[in-house]
Amino acid sequence: MTDEPWAHSRYALQQARSPDAPETDTFNDPRGDFGWIHSYETGSTVDGPGIRVTVFMSGCLLRCLYCHNPDTWHLKDGTRVSFERARTALQAYAAPLRAMDGGLTISGGEPLVQLHFTKRLFAAAKGMELHTALDTSGFLGARADDEYLRYVDLVLLDIKSWDPETYRRTTGQDIRPTIQFAERLAALGKPVWARFVLVPGLTDDPANVEGIARFVAPMRNVEWVEVLPFHQMGTFKWKAMGLNYELSDTPSPSPDLVARVLGQFRDAGCRAR
Amino acid sequence: MREWIGFAPGRWQQTIDVRDFIQRNVTPYDGDEGFLVEPSERTKAVWDKLQPYFKEEIRKGVLDVDAKTPSSLTAHGPGYIDRDNELIVGLQTDAPFRRAIMPYGGLRMVEAGLKAAGIEPDPIVHDVFTKYRKTHNEGVFDAYTPEIMACRRSHIITGLPDAYGRGRIIGDYRRVALYGTDRLLAAKRAERALLDAKWPTDDVIREREELAEQMRALTDLATMAQSYGCDITKPASNAREAVQWTYFGYLGAIKEANGAAMSIGRVSSFLDIYIERDLKSGALDEAGAQELIDQFVQKLRIVRFLRTPDYDALFSGDPYWATECVGGMDLNGRPLVTRTSFRMLHTLTNLGPAPEPNMTVLWSKQLPDGFKRYCIKLSAETSSIQYENDDLMRPYWGDDYGIACCVSAMRIGNQMQFFGARVNLAKCLLYAINGGRDEVSGDQVGPAAAPVTGDVLDYDDVVAKFDTMMEWLARTYVHAMNCIHYMHDKYYYERLEMALHDQQILRTMAFGIAGLSVVADSLSAIKHAKVKPIRRDDGLVVSYEITGDYPQYGNNDDRVDSIAADLVSTFMKKIRKHPTYRNAVHTQSVLTITSNVVYGRNTGDTPDGRKAGEPFAPGANPMHGRDSHGWLASCLSVAKLPYADAQDGISYTVSVTPSFNRHDQGEKISQAVKVLDTYCGQGGFHMNLNVLNRDTLIDAMEHPDKYPQLTIRVSGYAVNFVRLTREQQMDVIGRTFHGE
Repeated sequence: MTDEPWAHSRYALQQARSPDAPETDTFNDPRGDFGWIHSYETGSTVDGPGIRVTVFMSGCLLRCLYCHNPDTWHLKDGTRVSFERARTALQAYAAPLRAMDGGLTISGGEPLVQLHFTKRLFAAAKGMELHTALDTSGFLGARADDEYLRYVDLVLLDIKSWDPETYRRTTGQDIRPTIQFAERLAALGKPVWARFVLVPGLTDDPANVEGIARFVAPMRNVEWVEVLPFHQMGTFKWKAMGLNYELSDTPSPSPDLVARVLGQFRDAGCRAR
Repeated sequence: MREWIGFAPGRWQQTIDVRDFIQRNVTPYDGDEGFLVEPSERTKAVWDKLQPYFKEEIRKGVLDVDAKTPSSLTAHGPGYIDRDNELIVGLQTDAPFRRAIMPYGGLRMVEAGLKAAGIEPDPIVHDVFTKYRKTHNEGVFDAYTPEIMACRRSHIITGLPDAYGRGRIIGDYRRVALYGTDRLLAAKRAERALLDAKWPTDDVIREREELAEQMRALTDLATMAQSYGCDITKPASNAREAVQWTYFGYLGAIKEANGAAMSIGRVSSFLDIYIERDLKSGALDEAGAQELIDQFVQKLRIVRFLRTPDYDALFSGDPYWATECVGGMDLNGRPLVTRTSFRMLHTLTNLGPAPEPNMTVLWSKQLPDGFKRYCIKLSAETSSIQYENDDLMRPYWGDDYGIACCVSAMRIGNQMQFFGARVNLAKCLLYAINGGRDEVSGDQVGPAAAPVTGDVLDYDDVVAKFDTMMEWLARTYVHAMNCIHYMHDKYYYERLEMALHDQQILRTMAFGIAGLSVVADSLSAIKHAKVKPIRRDDGLVVSYEITGDYPQYGNNDDRVDSIAADLVSTFMKKIRKHPTYRNAVHTQSVLTITSNVVYGRNTGDTPDGRKAGEPFAPGANPMHGRDSHGWLASCLSVAKLPYADAQDGISYTVSVTPSFNRHDQGEKISQAVKVLDTYCGQGGFHMNLNVLNRDTLIDAMEHPDKYPQLTIRVSGYAVNFVRLTREQQMDVIGRTFHGE
């Protein structure tokens, strides 16, 4: 039965809903007839301009220590959905989304794991005259060719750290692909909202913040830098999945710390919030 | 006429036509709230005097009752709160918070109410209303059939106004101010002359008697006003008198009728015309204008009726739905927003948030931006405003309609409704499954029919049986309503409210359904998943086992939303088959206020997986927690319900938590305005908007003293949170809080 609160929403723990799905790290999605979707939310005001429908794809290659959706790491955790069904579901929101100057945001997981599915969904959204936003870590940015990016109006680019060691400690991966993707987006003039999750004791080192600030400040395509304060709301999923949650004792950043970091970005010349 | 100097002339001078007066004289305002002022010292003094009563009431409930004096326009002498500081005067009895008895509706309700308040019923009143004077309540039960009685007992039909006043009638109280009672009496005499010329059929005789009663009421109203030193036989000559005369009209109504909903109508922009005239002449300044509205609203906040504990449990506290409509557009595309629309809403700031008067904004995409933004800002601060779609209603009801109770639109002064509460559609579905037997008692309440057989519920089989059972329920329901309103007209006629109507009016008979989302989800489960009935030894199905997922109402999924929309239309069609008392037009609402909790308590397990006793969703809301894809999906599902088949209104409540997103306040307001525009544009009818913090509510449950004014919107209405039963509080908190 599915009537517990938040069933099907991003707040619901969803595991192994599609046990036959391919492994995430070697997945190559040539056609995008099907996708594995963790959940979708309607009415978000924080995933891009206006009111959004946000689709959370399954599958991610990063293992961020603070991940609040660890049940989106594997394709198998998602529900297998045909492209047609996803398109039809989106269509039901098209008119109101247009009226509210909003659109479609694809998040995850990492949308670029399912490259062709998300590309087709973005293309469909553009066909409905919706604004589109890609929420990505940039780690797989090289996969998104220029044609893919033509269907994307805005990239929400999570730059999780500047210091390579901190980045690796935070995500388990290398920072370089993200840097390269950011530079490519700048060259293309593609609008970007850079996002930075502020975790006390992990990502809050002034030099770490300074590095990102200096990197994005000259980029004229970066419209906003958004500082997201760390929270504990995803903890229960780690516990339920039997994973070791290293940040269980980490507090949310104090208002002073948030102010300091925002100040660093602003001093560097960024529009930050 | 001297009192009309400065007003643009028109048809309204020759005939009783308040709309025409408004059309010719209103001054729309398209600015923002910058001009508003704080309450005056006098307003604060009156308000301070009332505070101890409010506090004591939360603790004690009913404070005082005059148990000896059946209420009427002239039964009580004048009463005051603070004579030196009251600009607008008039109380229901001779003292504030002293409730009156209204035994014409039913003595039982009066005596039960008195007993609950610890007051002895008066023996003389008892004698009069048992030996010499029959009540509405007795009349109805003389006409009820055993079948109707069984339906009441089993709670498949509930909340019928058969023991007290039916309410939901809005007198055009503005007429008292614009015309004075002499002119209104002259108009009634003219109407009477037309009736005298007609052959005396039952209808004509009844109408003559009613008109005679109406004229007596107008005379008594003038006498009542005289006791406060006011001569309302003549029109109001300034803004203070206009507010006072209008209030006297309303006060007369609430002295004689104790309907569940006693709405005030749409007075703000009417009063604005008088205020504008006085502002222009220099007789009034902004402080004085706000003072009049603040003091008027103070009076509207202390209306009290004697109810029973059962009633209070159903509706939470002491509601009376003094609904006031602000905003809306006129038929020429001009906003009816005036400065007094702002002043009216501003009472939520000056006097603090409150459920009454039930502030209702008639929302149109075309409303001035400054007004829209102000409404949203106040919603965020007070959670005391409901929004209803003017663009949807205007084609039906014109541009001078008001809202009775929560969502029932009616043209003011020439339309009334026969109120009829609602039936429990979820229970009806269970009767269909069980061959007409009640799932709780096992009694045969509905017509005996073949129950479902087999191990899995079959969609077509259940739908066919349900259709037959709805047919029976609709017929029984209309039958009961005809009995009720026949007797109400006979024994408890609202002579004053109807005196403030034209003689020729449109009557609607307002039916209602509860449990819409439970039934829609149940049918969806039966259709899309596997639902196994669990039977007791005697074959009664008492529970269900569901295997598999099914689409749930509230997620913008047509597979189930269409079931919900069809249910509304189907039941309406069945209702329309049966003729009504006085040829009233059948209408229907999807509304529960807080009674969703009690409906749930009285209903067994349902095939959607809901367990016995669990609350229904309020009004047209999706079931708690099942609208799991966010508020937009939920809104769009509700917006699909057809207003054409629910012209008595479709109630939808949304609770949002204050957002922690990174937008500034102005941007958030812009977004919220767009959301409401879009919801209405998609066909949404109503939105009760709460901006609440879950922690605040939990704290308020534990420490009610800290939150005497904490107001939240429930289906179609607002309540004081601390006056809800604990069960209702839990229901509110447990319900989905949509993020952001």
